[in-house]
Amino acid sequence: MKKTKFNEAHYVLKGKMIEFCGWDLPVQYSGVSAEHVAVRTSGGIFDVSHMGEIFFRGPQALDAVQYLTSNDAAKLIPGKVQYSGLMTEKGCFVDDLLVHKISDTEYFIVVNAANLEKDYAWMKSKTTQFDVEVINESADYAQVAIQGPKAGKLLAELTNTDLAAMSYYTFTKGEVMGMDAIIARTGYTGEYGFEVYIKDDAQKASKLFLELCQKGEKYGIVPVGLGARDSLRLECCMALYGNDIDDSHTILEANLAWILKLQKGDFIGKDVLLKQKEAGIQRKLVGFEMIGRGIARHGYPVYVDGQQFETIGSGTMTPFLKKAVGMTYLPMGKTETGSEFQVKIREELVTAKVVATPFYKFDQKSI
Amino acid sequence: MSTKDLKFTEKHEWASVNGNIATFGITDYAQHQFGDIVFIELPAMGKSYGKGAACANIESVKAVADMYAPVSGEVTEVNSSLENAPEQINKEPYGAGWVCKVKMADAAELDSLMDESAYENYVKSVEEK
Repeated sequence: MKKTKFNEAHYVLKGKMIEFCGWDLPVQYSGVSAEHVAVRTSGGIFDVSHMGEIFFRGPQALDAVQYLTSNDAAKLIPGKVQYSGLMTEKGCFVDDLLVHKISDTEYFIVVNAANLEKDYAWMKSKTTQFDVEVINESADYAQVAIQGPKAGKLLAELTNTDLAAMSYYTFTKGEVMGMDAIIARTGYTGEYGFEVYIKDDAQKASKLFLELCQKGEKYGIVPVGLGARDSLRLECCMALYGNDIDDSHTILEANLAWILKLQKGDFIGKDVLLKQKEAGIQRKLVGFEMIGRGIARHGYPVYVDGQQFETIGSGTMTPFLKKAVGMTYLPMGKTETGSEFQVKIREELVTAKVVATPFYKFDQKSI
Repeated sequence: MSTKDLKFTEKHEWASVNGNIATFGITDYAQHQFGDIVFIELPAMGKSYGKGAACANIESVKAVADMYAPVSGEVTEVNSSLENAPEQINKEPYGAGWVCKVKMADAAELDSLMDESAYENYVKSVEEK
């Protein structure tokens, strides 16, 4: 099993370790619910080093990124981050990702751990016509996320970077505990927070992780495992590849038109998506809440008017809202708020209804 | 509650016996492994479950697990307070977190269960694996 540079810290902190995408990572420390609630009320520290870091360097770096992704990377200025889709020819997802513009000739892209090898191979094979180098530097980077209303107060103790001046979806190079770092105001929790990338060795990295945990204690900030990472992102309706988005649902169906810029130049999947936009979609990803007793989970069959229609994308009982919610695809005509459908939970059909998303939205005043 | 008179299964359920009525729950080890319990589907009143049959369903934020009947019997009572407070299982697995009571079909089935010291050894052997 692969070890992140923070691995030693997880054992010091007595995390409950599991294998995730080939990595030895904590699913929880004190408990999923407590960690989830801590992030909403104070903050959490996450090892997300399993995520992949791929660099695009060269005179045509922008052209290559534009050709591969759905959003308009030409809109980025250095220091800006953009959420985007790596598209198949059919306008579905190879992956979702974050594009960071370092300069006109250098972009830094963060992808899902589960898709890293696939994405890298795809990016290389589809950009041979451009003067660009696509380099997988994932092994060099450790990434720690500090998320929650008090995240800035904690990180400020370890860096001179003016964190308060950073707006959402920006990044900067700086120093954290004396280590060169990329500091980004991004995250996967729906909270205010930062993601910090460092290249130092495991010993220094683990020291940083432990220092964050120790200094975080007074704020109520705790280390958080993969369990709460998943429940947090679901509560704020951020898609998970393999659950809510994949290579068989288009970006329009996934309700992510806001990261689809059809008016930009040519890109993979554009033709299909243009046609689908004109013709209209037949199904759409929605958020739902259970009405009947039960928790809908990934893979449970969905029934609309007595007929099975696909399966649940994501679902859980969220620890902060304490509601059984989830996301799933429904046929058009059944996607309006209040529309009811059924989920098969252990042989029983339990009723659910479409609700407005996100389920949880953070309050700017909480910072 | 004292655990010294309880009987235990390899699937980490417990049974306590009073006459021909057995009370079922999951062990402290099980609740600890499982983490915060957020939902339970209780057995159906009056329904009979064979020894080892899935009789209740317990869910955490991340996982779903069945609870298996330690011995055969007909359900005479369920702990319906767990429906609104499933975390009682985490807090008091041997007390307020009990799941159901059954009228035993065959009390001799109890002989196949472990006593407390045998279960403690069993948990140790599981943890060493």
